[in-house]
Amino acid sequence: MFEALDQLPITLKAWLVGLLPEAWQAVASPVLSAAALVGALAVLFALATWIERKGLGRLQNRYGPNRVGPFGLLQPLADGLKMLTKEDLVPRNADRVVHFLAPLAMVVPVLLAYAVMPFGRNLVAADFDAGLLFFFAAGSATELAVFMAGWSSRNKYSLLGAMRAIAQMISYEVPLVLSALTAVMLSGSLSLVTLVDHQAGYHGGWLARWHVFTPWGLAGFLLFLTAATAEANRSPFDLPEGESEIIAGHLVEYSGFKYALFFLGEYLGLFAASGLAITLFLGGWRAPLAGLNWVPSYLWFFLKLFGCLALFIWLRGTLPRVRTDQLMNLAWKFLLPLALINLFVAALWHLTAGWASVGGGLARWLVGGALLAIPYAVLGRALFSGPRRGPRVYRYAD
Amino acid sequence: MRAAFFILAVVTLIGAVGAIALRRLIHCALSAALAFAGLAGIYLMLGAEFVSFAQVLVYLGAVAVLIVFAILLTPPAAETRAQPFCKPCLLGLGVAVLVFGVVWSSVLASSVVWRPAATAVPASSAKLIGRALMTDAVLPLEVLGLLLTAALIGAVVLAWREKEGSD
Amino acid sequence: MPSLQDCLVLSALLFAVGLAGALARRNAIIVLIGIELMLNAANLNFLAFWRHGPHPEALTGVVFTLFSIGVAAAETAVGLALIIAVYRHTRSTDPEDWQRLKG
Repeated sequence: MFEALDQLPITLKAWLVGLLPEAWQAVASPVLSAAALVGALAVLFALATWIERKGLGRLQNRYGPNRVGPFGLLQPLADGLKMLTKEDLVPRNADRVVHFLAPLAMVVPVLLAYAVMPFGRNLVAADFDAGLLFFFAAGSATELAVFMAGWSSRNKYSLLGAMRAIAQMISYEVPLVLSALTAVMLSGSLSLVTLVDHQAGYHGGWLARWHVFTPWGLAGFLLFLTAATAEANRSPFDLPEGESEIIAGHLVEYSGFKYALFFLGEYLGLFAASGLAITLFLGGWRAPLAGLNWVPSYLWFFLKLFGCLALFIWLRGTLPRVRTDQLMNLAWKFLLPLALINLFVAALWHLTAGWASVGGGLARWLVGGALLAIPYAVLGRALFSGPRRGPRVYRYAD
Repeated sequence: MRAAFFILAVVTLIGAVGAIALRRLIHCALSAALAFAGLAGIYLMLGAEFVSFAQVLVYLGAVAVLIVFAILLTPPAAETRAQPFCKPCLLGLGVAVLVFGVVWSSVLASSVVWRPAATAVPASSAKLIGRALMTDAVLPLEVLGLLLTAALIGAVVLAWREKEGSD
Repeated sequence: MPSLQDCLVLSALLFAVGLAGALARRNAIIVLIGIELMLNAANLNFLAFWRHGPHPEALTGVVFTLFSIGVAAAETAVGLALIIAVYRHTRSTDPEDWQRLKG
């Protein structure tokens, strides 16, 4: 029975496609997949905005929105109505064509990236052979959209914000790809479905063989999440669009539906990056414990996605914003060397597969962990210690 | 199938012509990005998936952004409203038309080109490309790595703002 | 799957457009864009002949195109850095203003 539940989306789609006449079936099948995906993402986006506002509110010791509907659950609906009915202002000097195309150029590549993500067993829209490369290519096409938004507004602040945003996105792409490369190296394939299949099986019969339970996987997961936070312009890396810094950066001249599209693109990008982190390191749609296999695979995926979202909201509510030069230093001088060392540790893990029987694999873990922890401590000390301050001295007025 | 190629080809050509003919530099850069994207679609149709994704990643994600940054960092001096096309521009256009004519006439005259199209898609998975890169083409690969490192260092050194130089 | 003739026509047209841009525009950055278009046209040629050629399983066309993309990216970076450096010196991106080598 649980297998039927697990494959329910596929059987449903096959039945729906079967209802159509023969000639239309070849076109209807991908259209149906895309429509289901976009629908699910829209619902997820609405839910995420509600969770974010309530969660941030609680972290800041206040209620979130609680007026519209029970517990404020209809707030996304109210927000959507507001965005749709707001006046769409375009500055007089703005470049109208580019100003109009920028939100489209942002949302379309991000939606494309979902085509390769495996949401459940057999639940992937397009199983490309080089699926991971497709994902990164789709993600990098959003940088031009940010620039188009910032430049077309003919506003110094928006241009500055756009240049900062692009510099940030380009810098953090390198640790992002390098940390993803460790999982690729050990699975032997760029296809996301194969990456999830590589994490099959259970340690000692109960704990899943996720990549995050290895030293390189843990470090890779943390590096990937950090780089993904910066790629999505999310706090604490939200300098390009912080309200107190640069008004809204490259989005300052956008209102109404176009702003809603940018907002949507940003959240979808965050989900896509989380989804990829889950696929690469957290076992995709696989259950963490052998006994929990009966839960449908897509449910596990969304549970993990929800966990990543909670982590991002927690980070946003807790950490202060990072300055631009600190941001760049973090990317190039800290994350990049750590990502390269992580590659080396992953290779070492693969080559010492014979040690798995010695002491239950503890030696492997210790060697890999030490090779990662020592540069982390040394680099962190060297780069981020700041000037040496003595004990605090209090001076009082006499 | 031919219609899809035709649409992509038209998009690419519009992007290319826009890239060299538009007045504002930023529009030229964005139009070139459109041409690169159209070409990525054509590579997909030819069955070279890996090259298509690499084209998007490198050209759209890096080269177009580089060009745009360079345009932003080199604004024209305010008083000169420079004309975009140089004086012997018709000569340049004529040379381009001549080159196209030569290439196309050589293609028309060749006997190799007009055979019926191959039908089977050749296997070009990432694994096979990686194997080819690491066995047959390992020397160019290493040289490319060296070249990219040299280009990185050279570009940084060239664009470094001199503290004491006269600007 | 596009036929060889179609690809070659597109590639020749792209090359001619890139060449026209490189020869007829007064801005050095547009010249670079023209060069990039010419390189892309050559890449299209390589892939078309790989697909329709006698030994596609050797992957020669694909490997060469990947190298071409890499080299083009490196060359664009260095070229743009050069343009920025010369701009700082002469305050102009017009190659006709750079004709005298004296600074």
